[in-house]
Amino acid sequence: MDQNKKIIELKGISKSFDGEQILKSIDLDIHDKEFVTLLGPSGCGKTTTLRIIGGFVTPDAGDLLFLGKRINDVPPYKRKVNTVFQKYALFPHLDVFENVAFGLRLVKTPEKEIVRRVREMLALVNLSDFESRRVDLLSGGQQQRVAIARALVNQPKVLLLDEPLGALDLKLRKEMQYELKKIQQRMGITFIYVTHDQEEALTMSDTVVVMNGGLIHQIGTPQDIYNEPINAFTASFIGESNIVPGIMHRDCLVEFAGRDFVCVDGGFEKDEPVDVVVRPEDVDIVAASDEYLCGKVTSVTFKGVHYEMRVDCGGTTWRVHSTDFTPIGSLVGLRLTPEDIHIMHKSDASGVKNYGGAQP
Amino acid sequence: MIRLNAKWTSYPYIVWMLLFTILPLLLVVYFAFTDSSGAFTLDNVKQSALYIPTLVNSIYLAALATLFCLVLAYPFAFIMSRLSFSRQKMMSMLIMLPMWMNFLLRTYAWQAILEDNGVINTLLTAIGLPPATLINTSGAVVLGMVYNYIPFMILPLYSIMTKIDKSILEASSDLGAGFFATFRRVVLPLSLPGIVSGVTMVFVPAVSTFVISGMLGGSGNYLIGDLIEVQFLGNSYDLNAGSATSLLLMVVVLITMAIFSRFETEDSEEALV
Repeated sequence: MDQNKKIIELKGISKSFDGEQILKSIDLDIHDKEFVTLLGPSGCGKTTTLRIIGGFVTPDAGDLLFLGKRINDVPPYKRKVNTVFQKYALFPHLDVFENVAFGLRLVKTPEKEIVRRVREMLALVNLSDFESRRVDLLSGGQQQRVAIARALVNQPKVLLLDEPLGALDLKLRKEMQYELKKIQQRMGITFIYVTHDQEEALTMSDTVVVMNGGLIHQIGTPQDIYNEPINAFTASFIGESNIVPGIMHRDCLVEFAGRDFVCVDGGFEKDEPVDVVVRPEDVDIVAASDEYLCGKVTSVTFKGVHYEMRVDCGGTTWRVHSTDFTPIGSLVGLRLTPEDIHIMHKSDASGVKNYGGAQP
Repeated sequence: MIRLNAKWTSYPYIVWMLLFTILPLLLVVYFAFTDSSGAFTLDNVKQSALYIPTLVNSIYLAALATLFCLVLAYPFAFIMSRLSFSRQKMMSMLIMLPMWMNFLLRTYAWQAILEDNGVINTLLTAIGLPPATLINTSGAVVLGMVYNYIPFMILPLYSIMTKIDKSILEASSDLGAGFFATFRRVVLPLSLPGIVSGVTMVFVPAVSTFVISGMLGGSGNYLIGDLIEVQFLGNSYDLNAGSATSLLLMVVVLITMAIFSRFETEDSEEALV
């Protein structure tokens, strides 16, 4: 990833539909050869952002730059970006080969080159034997591959993907995640990927952009986003977490659940009310003692890799993941090490626009 | 338990077909090849060759009307298919609305508009322009055909175009196709079946019409439908000759449609290559 070369810049982009503001002045830089994921719940504005970059939606305010040039008014067919649509949007009257060749035919590519490049792309997506198939007879996964080949054959600088794996089953989705990442690295182009699936975002991305309510909440690497969520929304949306209110007495000392804990965060005002985030897998189950937060196990669910437990500590329910089985009704201690405790500023419901130091 | 796919459910339809389609067709064939005494003869069929100029004129005017319908209906149907659902419903309502009025009445109305002392000429004279001859021209006949049959062109086109998802048009644009390229490479091939059925639904009734030509075309625009009408109901009553002319018309329509649909499938196959 070339961190210095910005390929797409969004500057103060806003968009409303029917009086409802979908995007509230967002800023985003996307770098060359980067795999960026726009992650958020439905209605957060991620698809609108993608469609603005693709040229299907014109922003109400703000500038969209492509390699430094403003392209707000450039129609989709003149942009060096291609899109893989959510519902594939293959041409039903054309076979697999012609679907992929569509873009090349428009620019009057010599027939020989069309054949070479289409075959190369179909090989890349493992569809070499499907050239003359009708697209409506292909499976969802195969249609998806045709859509990817059709977009990539035009050698775009940026590929936009709108929840491309949404309609596939879990196993296929995992395979495609791996393959998409491989394709992106091999082609050496920028991918902008929209999804509401946090696991997908963490698996594939170089950079994750967490969105909610038309705002960008956090931009960072998957590790940053997961380990250092900037607010309660990001923490609850990415992975599971326990979020409890607390008070930051001073740097590295926080009070919550009626006890003082040593943590590693600082830079808060004295006695500032904060949100404390603890990942369920970071909590260690130990024998109950005064040293630890204690509670009673109220439910245990087998999840395959681990057991998911709910532990009631004086009215607050803690979610805990553990590979060891503990029967319901047991009295247990919850051990939290300083690194397990993440402190966040309280955020208003609409989220925040400052996204901390996570920007690469 | 009643099985809906049971064979007997189709019996009423088969009976209906036999009684009102197959039987009349056979009767037409029978009368076309017999004389008034019931003996076999080819005279009627040979005689109907005299009407070929009339038939050619009918086909010409019907083809012209079909073409106008297509040119007008196509963009209309496309725009309509892109509207919001409630607006689409309103538009199809507006298209159907004139059809609630009797066909004859609608054509009478056009007569009143086009007449030498009709609405248009009155207006023309009022603003100091010379009156125009509108009624009793082949133009008036084509106008009447277009006016009466255009819903049958719009509706099949519209119904096929609603099936063209917006994302397919976006994909085309995304891949570099401008307005005309998207039309030629995506919209046109995908709407071909609608064009075929629309053309059929307009051309067939237009080529055999007698009301429109009779009321708007005057004596100079005598069409094959008028001829058949006169032979069956008018003063030159001749059941056998009328049947022969009908048969001729049917054969010509069938051939025209066969050539047309052939041309269309070849065209759509070409689009695949």
